[in-house]
Amino acid sequence: MSIKHLHEYRDPELSRKIIEQIKRTSQKKIRLMEVCGTHTTSIFRNGIRSLLPETISLLSGPGCPVCVTAQNEIDAFIELARLDDVIITTFGDLIRVPGADSSLQNEQAKGRDVRVVYSTFDAIDIAKKNPDKKVVFLGVGFETTAPTIAASILAAHNLNLNNYFVISAHKLLPPALITLAENPETKIDGFILPGHVSVIIGVEAYIPFFEQYNVPCVIAGFEPIDILQAILMLTKQIEDNAAKLENSYKRAVTFEGNPKARSTMNAVFETADAAWRGLGNIPLSGLKIKKEYAAFDAQKIFDIKLAESEEPKGCACGEILLGLKIPPQCPLYKNKCTPIQPVGPCMVSSEGTCAAYHRYHDTQ
Amino acid sequence: MCLAIPSKIVNIENNVATIDVDGVKREASLLLVENPKIGDYVIVHAGFAINKINEEDALESLKLLKEAASLIFDNDKQK
Repeated sequence: MSIKHLHEYRDPELSRKIIEQIKRTSQKKIRLMEVCGTHTTSIFRNGIRSLLPETISLLSGPGCPVCVTAQNEIDAFIELARLDDVIITTFGDLIRVPGADSSLQNEQAKGRDVRVVYSTFDAIDIAKKNPDKKVVFLGVGFETTAPTIAASILAAHNLNLNNYFVISAHKLLPPALITLAENPETKIDGFILPGHVSVIIGVEAYIPFFEQYNVPCVIAGFEPIDILQAILMLTKQIEDNAAKLENSYKRAVTFEGNPKARSTMNAVFETADAAWRGLGNIPLSGLKIKKEYAAFDAQKIFDIKLAESEEPKGCACGEILLGLKIPPQCPLYKNKCTPIQPVGPCMVSSEGTCAAYHRYHDTQ
Repeated sequence: MCLAIPSKIVNIENNVATIDVDGVKREASLLLVENPKIGDYVIVHAGFAINKINEEDALESLKLLKEAASLIFDNDKQK
């Protein structure tokens, strides 16, 4: 696929036609949730909200990995960064999330060794070059990221690296859909399902959820045409009273997903209960490192106990992640909480709903 | 987090690809994809190729979308 085709997925003329189809189809007032943070960003960047008829509301869901990381996990990351012989390695967004009394960025400013990496293999390289230090990678992300982190643990195992560790705070998407569908307040009429989580888990992973809750579901890509197409498909399903599980991102997502990535993930991790910011404890919605790889498990090696910790006072991230509130309804939004001085994670991550609102909303 | 631009594999060495995104070159691990070949388009996430893009499906979806869209607008013109 050349970049030429990519431009076709951004074609304004085709977008206009799909929007017209949506307008003609949509009669009922409906609430659709884009579960994935990258969808949220793309929807804002392309001004999609303002182009839709008033009947369609788009809600942003819990698909920004940094945003759903529990407050006590953030605090544990910061505690780890304070250890003298530790180098923290992480993807970028996480370092600005405020913990109870600091952030990774603050610790870095105080001289602690916190490094932002592009890939887990960069963290492996840092471990090789610093044999007298303990290198900890902060494992935050969904099914898209977990296989890449599993691959780094397998690589460390094969290299006999004894100074590389991972703290696994991964989350799994389908169990969160169940929580959203079961919450009587969310009232979601249809889900725009994530593109790249689906690349890994495939269409088939959503079948149990779909069969149990019979709610319209469409897997979508990230270009404007992809998202508009998914909205049109969901609108048709809802107007026809015919819920379906559909895939509008066939160029990247197959029925069975990516079995090789999943087997890598499953070699290293097993499912475990996990606490999500906003959604609370969800059974079997997380991943922990299997016993065979316990030597790489930072939680065991550093004996990390997750403390009770409070979410920032007044912060509505939790309700925003459930689609119950939009950022302007939070008392802190643009007031005490800004991208420069964020209070909650939804303002920190570039994929967070509050950050997207702050950047784009007032201009649309 | 999810960079969605398809990247072209231009070289492969020890399971690491050199990928080209519209002229910008970087590296990506190929450990998570089956049978990667030079010339394949892949989606890269956090330094790893996570799948191959199916060009046939990409073109087919576009074709169907365009047909559906023009059908409606052609009908309008006939009215």
